[in-house]
Amino acid sequence: MIEIKHIQKKFGRLVALKDVNLSFIAGETIALIGPNGSGKTTLIKTILGLVIPDKGDILFQTKSVLGQWKYREKIGYMPQIGRYPDNMRIGQIIDMMVDLRKDTINRTDEELMESLGIKSIMDKPMRTLSGGTRQKVSACLAFMFHPDVLILDEPTAGLDPLSSEILKDKMSREKDKGKLILITSHILSDLDDLVTEVVYMQDGLVRYHETTEILQEQTGEKKLNKVIATLMNRHMEKV
Amino acid sequence: MKKITKYVLLDIIRNRFILAYFLILLLISFSLFMLEDNPDKALLGLMNVVLFIIPLVSLVFSTIYLYNASEFIELMLSQPIPRSILLSRMYLGLSLSLVLSVTLGIGLPVLFYAPSIQGMVLMLSGILLSVVFSSLALLASVLTRDKARGIGVALLLWVYFSFIFDGLVLLLLFQFADYPLEIPMMVFGMLNPIDLARIFLLLQIDMSAMLGFTGAVFQDFFGSVIGMGISLLVLLCWMGIPLWIAIRKFNKRDL
Repeated sequence: MIEIKHIQKKFGRLVALKDVNLSFIAGETIALIGPNGSGKTTLIKTILGLVIPDKGDILFQTKSVLGQWKYREKIGYMPQIGRYPDNMRIGQIIDMMVDLRKDTINRTDEELMESLGIKSIMDKPMRTLSGGTRQKVSACLAFMFHPDVLILDEPTAGLDPLSSEILKDKMSREKDKGKLILITSHILSDLDDLVTEVVYMQDGLVRYHETTEILQEQTGEKKLNKVIATLMNRHMEKV
Repeated sequence: MKKITKYVLLDIIRNRFILAYFLILLLISFSLFMLEDNPDKALLGLMNVVLFIIPLVSLVFSTIYLYNASEFIELMLSQPIPRSILLSRMYLGLSLSLVLSVTLGIGLPVLFYAPSIQGMVLMLSGILLSVVFSSLALLASVLTRDKARGIGVALLLWVYFSFIFDGLVLLLLFQFADYPLEIPMMVFGMLNPIDLARIFLLLQIDMSAMLGFTGAVFQDFFGSVIGMGISLLVLLCWMGIPLWIAIRKFNKRDL
């Protein structure tokens, strides 16, 4: 569904992505992990077209996304730090998003708005919201338009345990509908029963891209965070 | 996609600055007309407002607005919205609100006290200058990532077009005083939207005699229909070219 071919990106002298090749198929849930500054968010942003790669190409349903915009209809994106116009209220933001996409979407998914309790605080201005509540708004918007692909950047990082459970629940239901879910997260224990594949990035390169079963076999560990820790250690020893 | 313009406009109106701008323009225009018995003299005073304040406010307000809208831009670009459409619609909303303030803030008093061709030309110049300078502000804010630097560039542009440019032209004028400079002067006029508007206005308010022989040449050129058409076209280029460059740059920019 998404194919990433030889993507390179430099920010000035800093090389964020060296040569990334990946391909994701619908129905998979992929955990994108790696140390801070390993290029995870940059990679996600290139898929969304927010960052323009220096070299390489990204195919979304076999079509190149470079310079395109229509494909974003099919992507729900939850940013790491949701930034919203300060002087708007939650309700206004949500209404605006629905209004802008009215022509192409006839029904919205408001399930998360109910379960995360956003419906009851619709007239709060965005600038008064805590980080966690912003995350909730981002989550609602990402799931709102029944996207085929969900790209979630640190979805559970700022959420309280209850909300984080609600979100994970929603994610696993969307996964069962055959959607492609791409998650970056540090809190790996959160993702144990969801993730089908792991992509491990470091220094702008993909070090591993394997299914969880194979990784569990290779390392002899069951829990995802143990698996990753073993992999990281192994990698350190090699270097 | 028209909805983007709607939301930009709504946001600007909520901002209240634009309302204050409108009220100040209204206040200045009315008080100028009330202080002067001769509406033509008041128009001359109003001309300075148009030539100095409108470019300044258009530049600074637009730059600040565009930087403060970075969240809005980020939110919009993760949606199925093309970048060029987003930026051009934001420009449209921005210039529309500035034009509205000028039309009402200057247009109403002019209509009330001096409903003449001169008054209309004055208002039209104000509108064109708003459109041109918000386009330049758009370019400044796309080219520089840093807010403070962007506003600095905007202010520098204003100082350049308001003062430095005229200084340079004067310098040239004195250096080449022995040569006929009427035609080059006309070209220089085209290189500065504020000068273009000023020449236009002076000709309409019949002050061209003050410009001496050059004024006569100006009258010949800018007074004719072709001259008016060309200078209008040049002003539209002053709007279109920065806008075009800004959109091209924005299409390649990382967020």
